[in-house]
Amino acid sequence: MPTADIPVIRLQGVTKVYSPGENAVHALAGVDLEIRRGELVAIMGASGSGKSTMMNILGCLDTPTAGRYELDGIDITGLTKNALADLRSLKIGFVFQGFNLLARTTALENVELPLLYDRAGRFAPAASPAPEALRRVGLGERMHHVPSQLSGGQQQRVAIARALVTNPSLILADEPTGNLDSHTSLEIMALFQELNAQGITIVLVTHEPDIAAHAHRVIEMRDGHIVRDARVDAPLDAAAELAQLQVAS
Amino acid sequence: MKASALVRIATQSILRNKMRTLLTMLGIVIGVAAVIVMVAVGQGAQANIEAQIRGLGTNMLMVMAGSSSQGGVSQGAATFNRLTIEDAEKLEREATLLAAVSPVVFSRGQIIGGAGNWRTAIIGAAPNYQTIRDWPVDSGSFFSAADLRSVRRVTVLGRTVANALFPDADPVGQQIRVRNVPFTVIGVLTAKGQTAGGNDQDDTILIPYTTARAYLSGHFRIGQIIASTFSPGDIPAAQQEIRAIMRESHRIPDGDDDDFTIRNQDDIAAAAQGTTRVMSLLLAAIASISLLVGGIGIMNIMLVSVTERTREIGIRMAIGARGSDVMAQFLVESIVISLVGGLIGLALGFASGVLLAHLTGWAVAMSPQAALIAIAFSAAVGVFFGFYPARKAAALDPIQALRYE
Ligand SMILES: Nc1ncnc2c1ncn2[C@@H]1O[C@H](COP(=O)(O)OP(=O)(O)O)[C@@H](O)[C@H]1O
Ligand SMILES: [Mg+2]
Repeated sequence: MPTADIPVIRLQGVTKVYSPGENAVHALAGVDLEIRRGELVAIMGASGSGKSTMMNILGCLDTPTAGRYELDGIDITGLTKNALADLRSLKIGFVFQGFNLLARTTALENVELPLLYDRAGRFAPAASPAPEALRRVGLGERMHHVPSQLSGGQQQRVAIARALVTNPSLILADEPTGNLDSHTSLEIMALFQELNAQGITIVLVTHEPDIAAHAHRVIEMRDGHIVRDARVDAPLDAAAELAQLQVAS
Repeated sequence: MKASALVRIATQSILRNKMRTLLTMLGIVIGVAAVIVMVAVGQGAQANIEAQIRGLGTNMLMVMAGSSSQGGVSQGAATFNRLTIEDAEKLEREATLLAAVSPVVFSRGQIIGGAGNWRTAIIGAAPNYQTIRDWPVDSGSFFSAADLRSVRRVTVLGRTVANALFPDADPVGQQIRVRNVPFTVIGVLTAKGQTAGGNDQDDTILIPYTTARAYLSGHFRIGQIIASTFSPGDIPAAQQEIRAIMRESHRIPDGDDDDFTIRNQDDIAAAAQGTTRVMSLLLAAIASISLLVGGIGIMNIMLVSVTERTREIGIRMAIGARGSDVMAQFLVESIVISLVGGLIGLALGFASGVLLAHLTGWAVAMSPQAALIAIAFSAAVGVFFGFYPARKAAALDPIQALRYE
């Protein structure tokens, strides 16, 4: 069991070079970063600054060209593809900009998907945690709807439930509000804040300062470097904002 | 991943494209049905031949003119006629291991009597012919040793001839003309049925060989001498004995080849089965090609499916699926398609086999082994043709796959 003082994420001198040679792209050019348990971190930066590359590495979908990445104290250097898949299954939940739900598959089945690949055998088949995960994101009533019957915000909630269901150490969200209107974005941020308050570590990428303002910590990237890493003294409370909007209208 | 989960996922995704799956399956359905029917027809033909050869008589040996190359029974075509009635009589006299001997002289000719005329096979033989061929009479009797000795013009009719010339009456006691020579019908043989080649064994009449020689000579050649032993165990020794007597009868010097061929029932069966086996193999091979084409259809659809579902594969990998999980998913899918297709094909094959037997009167032998083999084969087709697409899916890079539009 990882102890509280081991950071969830520790990057040391991580680089990622695409197509090495003449036209090499240094998507990450030596990144050091530590994220502790229970943090809610926003990563900002212009397009092409290396945010997605970093998220892919944090999510064990990709490995650094050089440098060291420890996830929950586990050095992922040199791990096989299968070992990386197992780490993803055990420790990571992904939320994507485009939701990435399976079409023509109910919300419940989408959320159950990660349980299929749980090799640690943490979930007894009799007591599926999927319905509870859907209730946590407020979709207890929509379990048997397929994505085409759900709004964008609801689809993203299903995706978040899917990320939650295996009880991961870390939820990674690459532009989770990129396809949503501002009100729905706020709802999703309220959900992230609520989950974070329950102790889940969340790292999200966003373009929008309004969204980033809900995090405890904002990291800004440029050309593969971290150029700013700042605590937010008074993060906005999305739930409160929503309540205010309700009153106003 | 659990097998049950894999089958459930495969079934779901198959049901999502019902029409496409059905068309893909059709290839396997037709392939398996074709294999089942073709194997059944081939086995039916073989069973038929076996039954017939058993029907030739028990412990039968056959001497034919002409040498055969060493072991090559199927090449023993008569080169020239060197069998004589005297050979048969010498065998009858001298052989100790033979229970019965009969020459078989053969001709075709017109016979007239009863309802009209009929062209048929005329066989001259000894009374022993009936014992050797194990061929009882329906009515009357077979000709006797006395008939043979006295060169009597008596004849025993095969069932087909009896039915053709005397459709309403018992022919026994009637007069017929064989090549314009009058004969008295003294018996009618039981029906033996067709040979595998479609020859009607009952389309024949039998007369004493002495009579054939005396009244119908010039038209006859002696085709064979047939004999039977007392027991099946005597056959090898009897073959040796016949050979010695025949060589003596033909005055063949030591060291020279035989100018005759001796065959036992196994040889005859092997020769006949050799041909049908080749035929059945050929049929099965042709049918297998359609199964192969069906397999290629599956591979094609699975490749399309992998491409279509690239993003799904990316999602599954991102949430913890190993390459082997993805591989298993697609493999199971192609196996389910081909197995279900195989089962439908099996049913269709059996149904067509029954129908074919009904419509054509062919012997169609459907065996549980053929069914098992067809099912195993269609599963193997699923594995074989699903392997490449499944491996392609498993080898996808999750990041690229997630980005796939
Ligand atoms: N697979 C790849 N091959 C080559 N270059 C890539 C690849 N992925 C990303 N890049 C490049 O790496 C840089 C960082 O990309 P990315 O991490 O996607 O940026 P962001 O998410 O911040 O917009 C960009 O210049 C991009 O073109
Ligand atoms: Mg990006």
